[in-house]
Amino acid sequence: MIEGPTQLGRAETMATGVRVEAAGLAFNGRALFDNLNLELPSGRTACLLGPSGVGKSSLLRLIAGLAEGALCQVGDSEGRTIAGRFAYMAQQDLLLPWCSALDNIMLGSRLRGEPRGRDIEARARQMLARVGLADHAKDLPAQLSSGMRQRIALARTLMEQRPIVLMDEPFSALDAITRYEIQELSATQLAGRTVLLVTHDPLEALRLGHRVQVMAGRPAQLDEPLEPPGPPPRDPADPALLALQAELLKRLARARHIQ
Amino acid sequence: MRLLRPLIVFLVLILAWQGFVEASGVAAFILPSPDRVGLALLGHWQELLYHGAITLAEILLGLVLGSALGVASALTISWFRPARQWLMPILVVGQAIPVFAIAPILVLWLGYGMISKIAMATLIIYFPVTAAFLDGLRRTEPGWLDLASTMGGSRLSVLRHIRIPAALPALTSGVRVATAVAPIGAVVGEWVGSSAGLGHFMLQKNARMEIDLMFAALFVLALTAVGLYFAVDWALRRALPWQADDDGKAD
Repeated sequence: MIEGPTQLGRAETMATGVRVEAAGLAFNGRALFDNLNLELPSGRTACLLGPSGVGKSSLLRLIAGLAEGALCQVGDSEGRTIAGRFAYMAQQDLLLPWCSALDNIMLGSRLRGEPRGRDIEARARQMLARVGLADHAKDLPAQLSSGMRQRIALARTLMEQRPIVLMDEPFSALDAITRYEIQELSATQLAGRTVLLVTHDPLEALRLGHRVQVMAGRPAQLDEPLEPPGPPPRDPADPALLALQAELLKRLARARHIQ
Repeated sequence: MRLLRPLIVFLVLILAWQGFVEASGVAAFILPSPDRVGLALLGHWQELLYHGAITLAEILLGLVLGSALGVASALTISWFRPARQWLMPILVVGQAIPVFAIAPILVLWLGYGMISKIAMATLIIYFPVTAAFLDGLRRTEPGWLDLASTMGGSRLSVLRHIRIPAALPALTSGVRVATAVAPIGAVVGEWVGSSAGLGHFMLQKNARMEIDLMFAALFVLALTAVGLYFAVDWALRRALPWQADDDGKAD
């Protein structure tokens, strides 16, 4: 609603950081988190780990403006609103079962009432090719495997051309090999964007994140960020990564105790 | 086998009926044997076809009108939230009054012709369609709505591109139920007062103790209702090939 079709092309290249200040959210009268601050560095991937129920998904939904009754200030590096400048990807692929893969990718433009021109369709086909599913444009979601469906969801996210991407455990429902492949794919495709990835998989965070933080406690707080060396996607066999994974697991185990 | 099975069930029932009539020696004006009913059917097929066509037309028009009104009501109620509180009680009361009770009034107001029967069928169809579609519109997968809100979709476009298509399977189950009950509305209307239709025909034959013809008319009515149900079911499956289904899988 905020961007017109002409600005869309620019939005992809205009990376921006995100600052979340004084975030607070109560659930059943208990504060999930209170006065929490989070910064997503511009053009980088920040990963958020934590025991289940700690509120990491809620924090992401709060940034996306999807949480009701939440208090917080969310803005870009200059303090302007990020509404209309982020794309959202959830654990479920959220593909519409009555739409073909191609129509699913173009959902955003259809919802915003943009005319379905040849250029939009060409761009959607391009996105489909980028996730390696160029031959499946006409397939309905039910005809695709869960890994393929999540790749379509990634293509739909890319199609939005937003500088910020919020991902809520997007690969957690996939089997190990499929997850490994799609991690690689999304790391390359989302490079240069400001990404928040909520996950419960320490290795995933270490493969994909420029910065990894653990959320723990109630009300929850964030610990000191870990910054794995080298550019993502990283090799999971790297000894440095495995050492960091051990460290992360330790932090996560501790996090469960303070809950 | 799928087509054969109901045929076998049908034949076994007919044979059991014939056997019962012959063994018990029940009078033909109480329970005519299937062969008598068959003969009556063949002897009066033109008359039966004429009355059957009228009843079918009443049912079909009621189905179209009732479904259209039901869809419009469900959309209105889901769009204007306060309307739900005002309209739902009326809907529920309207449904709670048996159509049999309103039938004489409808015939009084709308006359002996087809209009009063169509109105009856419409009334009986309206509620299941409205309730099912409304339910479908209210149960949209929340994840889709979240996604749509981050994409910047207006309320109207979310309704058009997500809520309505997502509610179609629920609507089709409402229409299926409505199709199954629609003949009740038309036939009750014909009983109360009419000059044509299968209900009228049966009442006439009953008064003259021509029970074999009554059974023949009942057979035609059952055939019409079942045929209509399967036709509607088939059309709905074809219209929504994406719907998860065990036996009607899309190619």
